Amino acid sequence: MRFFSTGLFRGLIAQIIGTFAGMALVMAVRVLMGLPISSADAATQQHITEVHVVGGVIIGAIAFLVGVGALNEWLGWARGKPINENIDPDPAKPNWMRYFDVDFDHKVIGIQYGVTSILLLGFGGIMALLFRVELAQSGITFLNSDIFETILGYSSEHLFNTLMSLHGIVMIGAILLGVGALSNYLVPMMIGANDMAFPRLNSFAFWINVPGAIILISSMFFGGFDTGWVGYPPLSVRAPLGMQMFLIGVYLIGLSSISGAINVIVTVFTMRAKGMTMFRMPIFVWAALATAIIQFTATQMIGLSFQLVMLERLFGMAFFDATRGGDPILYQHLFWFYSHPAVYVFILPGLGIISEILPVFSRKPLFGYKAVAMSSLGIALIGFFVWAHHMFASGMSPYLRVPFMYATLLVAVPTGVKFFSWVATLWEGKLEFPTPMLFALGSVVIFLLGGVTGPPLGTIATDLHLHDTYFVVGHFHDTMFGGYVFPFFAALYYWFPKLTGRMYSEKLGKLHFWLMWVGFMILSNGMLLVGLLGMRRRIADYDPALGFDTTQMIMTIAGFAIFFSVVIGLYNLINSARRGAEAKGNVWNSRSPEWHIASPPPLHNYPQPFEVVGEPYDYGLADSPYVNMSPAPAAGHAPAAAESKE
Amino acid sequence: MVHFVIVGVLVIASTLGLGLLLTNAPILPLMASEQAVTVDWLFNIHWWLIAFFFSLITVFILYSVFVFRRKPGERGDGKFVADNHRLEAVWTIIPIGIVLSLAVIGASTLADVERRDPSALSVDVYASQWVWRFEYTVEVPTEAGESVLTAVASDRLILPLGQQVVLRMRSTDVIHSFWVPEFRVKQDILPGGSEFVRELRITPTEAGTYQVMCAELCGQLHYAMVAEVQVVSAAEFDAWLAENAGDCNLTDEQCGQRWAATYGCTACHSLTGQSGVGPTWLGLYNHEVTLTDGSVVIADLDYLHRSIVDPNAQVVAGFQPGVMPQDFAERLTEEQIQQIIAFIVSLQQ
Repeated sequence: MRFFSTGLFRGLIAQIIGTFAGMALVMAVRVLMGLPISSADAATQQHITEVHVVGGVIIGAIAFLVGVGALNEWLGWARGKPINENIDPDPAKPNWMRYFDVDFDHKVIGIQYGVTSILLLGFGGIMALLFRVELAQSGITFLNSDIFETILGYSSEHLFNTLMSLHGIVMIGAILLGVGALSNYLVPMMIGANDMAFPRLNSFAFWINVPGAIILISSMFFGGFDTGWVGYPPLSVRAPLGMQMFLIGVYLIGLSSISGAINVIVTVFTMRAKGMTMFRMPIFVWAALATAIIQFTATQMIGLSFQLVMLERLFGMAFFDATRGGDPILYQHLFWFYSHPAVYVFILPGLGIISEILPVFSRKPLFGYKAVAMSSLGIALIGFFVWAHHMFASGMSPYLRVPFMYATLLVAVPTGVKFFSWVATLWEGKLEFPTPMLFALGSVVIFLLGGVTGPPLGTIATDLHLHDTYFVVGHFHDTMFGGYVFPFFAALYYWFPKLTGRMYSEKLGKLHFWLMWVGFMILSNGMLLVGLLGMRRRIADYDPALGFDTTQMIMTIAGFAIFFSVVIGLYNLINSARRGAEAKGNVWNSRSPEWHIASPPPLHNYPQPFEVVGEPYDYGLADSPYVNMSPAPAAGHAPAAAESKE
Repeated sequence: MVHFVIVGVLVIASTLGLGLLLTNAPILPLMASEQAVTVDWLFNIHWWLIAFFFSLITVFILYSVFVFRRKPGERGDGKFVADNHRLEAVWTIIPIGIVLSLAVIGASTLADVERRDPSALSVDVYASQWVWRFEYTVEVPTEAGESVLTAVASDRLILPLGQQVVLRMRSTDVIHSFWVPEFRVKQDILPGGSEFVRELRITPTEAGTYQVMCAELCGQLHYAMVAEVQVVSAAEFDAWLAENAGDCNLTDEQCGQRWAATYGCTACHSLTGQSGVGPTWLGLYNHEVTLTDGSVVIADLDYLHRSIVDPNAQVVAGFQPGVMPQDFAERLTEEQIQQIIAFIVSLQQ
């Protein structure tokens, strides 16, 4: 089995060994410091175990990176070895192995991100199905099965809380990785670069997600955690050891976000093809740039807030303990300062995909290109001034809520610009409806539902009713499915021929779309309705007198429809990658440069640098090429980066 | 132009249909407080805005999908229109106007919801993991002809009709949140003492029985952190308060049973032998219990007393330390503790 010689396998072994070695190291340090390593008192023993495990797990994560080889280049450089300039893959290595090893090609890394993202999406989805079955009827009827208690050793209510919390955070991880997949695969090709600006950092940024995800999911086996994905103290300070796994896992994934974002920003600013001014970039690049700016500047805050909880647990510090001078609301400010902009990280790339796909299948220019590009930056900017709208009921200063209400409602303006521009793009076009177009149109409607359910949450008086109800859950899932899930599948189908050189089955693709779209509409409208009527979020059970049983059963069936639609979709993609009809050329008749090279794209993408000579979306205008794929060779054959500025 | 006329008519029709549906369908609980009137008024503005904008975009999209689809055999691209700055200015500036107006309305409705009545009835609310407790302060005349203030504790929230009540809320452990859907408003409850007491004002307008539910995830039994709320006439309220004011005149066991309910003990300690978040009280007295460190002790009077005032000292095997509030020594009088112990002692199998 060649798998045993892959970096992934080495990394996993190293992580296991590293974790135990790390625990031993922490123990040894404690002995040397004269601290106890065991105790007869149960509470003290629990705390000591936590210190050991946390130390071990952090060292295990570093060991994974060493084992997989993500740090080789830097460790070599630190030891004084000459830097390896040739980072092309070893030609003797079989192609499939590149995906399980450290590889510096942005397309390989993009696919690594994408596959990991889909695995996490499946895991998070199964978590959701488990607790959705529990919610299908009132009374605790499913999670109290002995099987769960035997495997995990905790009560049905705690299991519900853990599943619900893990669903949230695993999905967020899945989305962050999916965003990484889109940016990594598409941005260099769209701007005519041969790779990302920092290929080694790029590879590191992907691989750190793997131990991060493993640690995050392992929280289930460390007693779980019952705080939701928000992890508010003091509850998160009292939660079982699983809480620490959640904090560490998210911390590592956040580190990936930051490193990945630096790469995207630098790549976009310095590696554009000749003639590609900022306003001649494909619109997705604008979305990826706005996303990266948020990731680069806000992620530190969630790292910080998680670190504070970690330290409060490990060393008894008092950041959030009011009896010792701390403040429980402080955490919420720090947390939402990232986590609100983060939802724009999740949706902006998806909205970029929609803007990318609608013109191609309407055969019309993207209406108001500059306004659409600026609206991404506008959303990113306003996103930094709205965080406290998650805290209207939190007990923060009551009148401070008013400026946050104004800022929050303003988000509707740039978002509205996107919707109006999309509608104007479709108007009087010649619309075709292959699967990617269906997904793009479906996401516009769902995202619209997410958009219009926002203002009732934005005005304080109505939010006091809706806060922490299923209405919020419904609104959030609308924005996530409309802003990420549907556009992500649109992108998968749209660029599938580019990735594989083969065509997917339209029949299965359309079945996937309709099943998922109808299922989701039923599910999310059900959520909105029960929320308005008084169903709190994050509850394991509800009073049958509330009369939600029928609605909940319908919602659960709709949830299964979504699950099966995704199974059909993945079957379609996997099967077509092997057996689909050949699709080598510009299958969608797109103007974008990545469609003017072979599929799948060769190493380093373009045989020679291209030159941008027109506007990206001039569909319907005769004789207006966007790129000249074979310009007269420039003097000195320099990579088309520095001189391409406006 | 014909296209725009048709779409315009369809948008208006769809807005009216959707708006009337949203404002008339029973999608909100009963309106049972003055604050709810304001909140629901604002909801109606939102429903109409939602109806309009949802219709505007979806009608345009559906119309395009059906009318501008590529006909069989048709070739070529759509009409070349790259932008229209006047139109873009319109759909930027009008929404700015709408959201700013909405924000102004939002601020004034907030002021309405928070309006203070100086004569509001004050109730202290204590939220602990998975139980609610409410404390009223009443003046009780003494034999000397003066009056003293005493507290009336209850596990139900009883409110007089038509009078504003200010709930002064504090938590003994994690963050909770007070929410009665029929009253609409909600407020998180924070741990940390007097600095973190938060207020919520409600003026009930409909007599009836409702439920207060904890809206902020607070751990294992979060979903079950529910208590009864009763809105009664002012006369009934005064009668209830008078009946419960003053000392407990029952036997020790009966008083203990009352304290066990009002202070939330029985939310975690069952009286039936069933194991809950804490050990059951049935048959506990004078029986052996195994502690987390493996030692076995007899649950005598000393043990019971210690377990109430210092619950982490001797944790029973199979249960978590730190779950039970540790402030009962301050919250209960010594007499109340003795009465609770008497009640536990009476629970023999």
